[in-house]
Amino acid sequence: MSKKTDNLLKGFYDVSPLLLPVVPFGIIFGAIGIELGFGPYTTYATSIIIFSGASQIVFFQLLSNGASSLIAITSSSVVSTRHLLYGAVVAQYLSKLSLMWKIFLSYLLTDQAFAVSQEFFKKNSNDEYKHYHLLGAGLTLWIVWQLTTVIGILLGSIVPEELGLSFTIPLTFLALLINYFRKIDHLIVIFLSGLSSILFYEAPLKSYIILSCVISLFIIFLINKFQKKI
Amino acid sequence: MTIWISIVIAGIINYLTRLGSILLIKPEKLSESAKKILGYVPSAVFPAIIFPAVFLNETNTIVQINDPKIIGFFVAIVIGYISKNIILTIIAGLISYWIVIFLF
Repeated sequence: MSKKTDNLLKGFYDVSPLLLPVVPFGIIFGAIGIELGFGPYTTYATSIIIFSGASQIVFFQLLSNGASSLIAITSSSVVSTRHLLYGAVVAQYLSKLSLMWKIFLSYLLTDQAFAVSQEFFKKNSNDEYKHYHLLGAGLTLWIVWQLTTVIGILLGSIVPEELGLSFTIPLTFLALLINYFRKIDHLIVIFLSGLSSILFYEAPLKSYIILSCVISLFIIFLINKFQKKI
Repeated sequence: MTIWISIVIAGIINYLTRLGSILLIKPEKLSESAKKILGYVPSAVFPAIIFPAVFLNETNTIVQINDPKIIGFFVAIVIGYISKNIILTIIAGLISYWIVIFLF
């Protein structure tokens, strides 16, 4: 098999454990869109046009609670700002790619694809075809997200709420962080960001995610700087 | 009709947040300390998704210490720390959460 196919399949393989929460979440999202009265086409359109579960949910919830379009657009965009950080990380490895590749891969840069592909990039920075990993991971998530949204739209809430499957979302992100728990500097960042997210959860326009990132990254920057001096 | 315009605008902005850094950042211009800080991005973003989902309930108040989510969270940390396995971490957290919900 060629290196390209190898990396593509590795991306698929690496991201597949993370599909566990994506499947029920996609179905739940499709069902919620219909329940809130957005109709099948509008609900599905968000999965293809916005393609970001968290932003889509925020967008629909705010609109259905009577918020203006401006507030809904702004909030879902603020939730998306974390992608700027993801992009900055992967940009270090993708700079040599053509513009078309960058345009296409950007569309596929989701939380889960970022999580697994940045690990792969770190370990395979000299691999000429490393971007195929992100392509494999991203396409896998894209296909599963489209299919599960459609299932949710067509079949409604077939995922029993009592199972509490939404809890698999924090569990997945926790599993992705588990290797960083061994490093004290990362633990400090994790704790600071987590604490900030609780403190600022009610901040306007769903800004708590990006606020927590900025606060925790700024403090670890100061700590690193201070350490160098002593 | 306005809903469609809103979706398209939200979609475009969302896409630009993904494309922006990939298009504009030149790695050779990043300082060593900037690269080091970028290494913390997963540790800075994911807890902001994890903590509210575990420690806050529907009314945005802090959950009780014996909440099933707290128990699932700590079991997942212990199992994850020992096993270093993603799927095992998720399953361990979910099963311990279910045990608390369904048996107690």
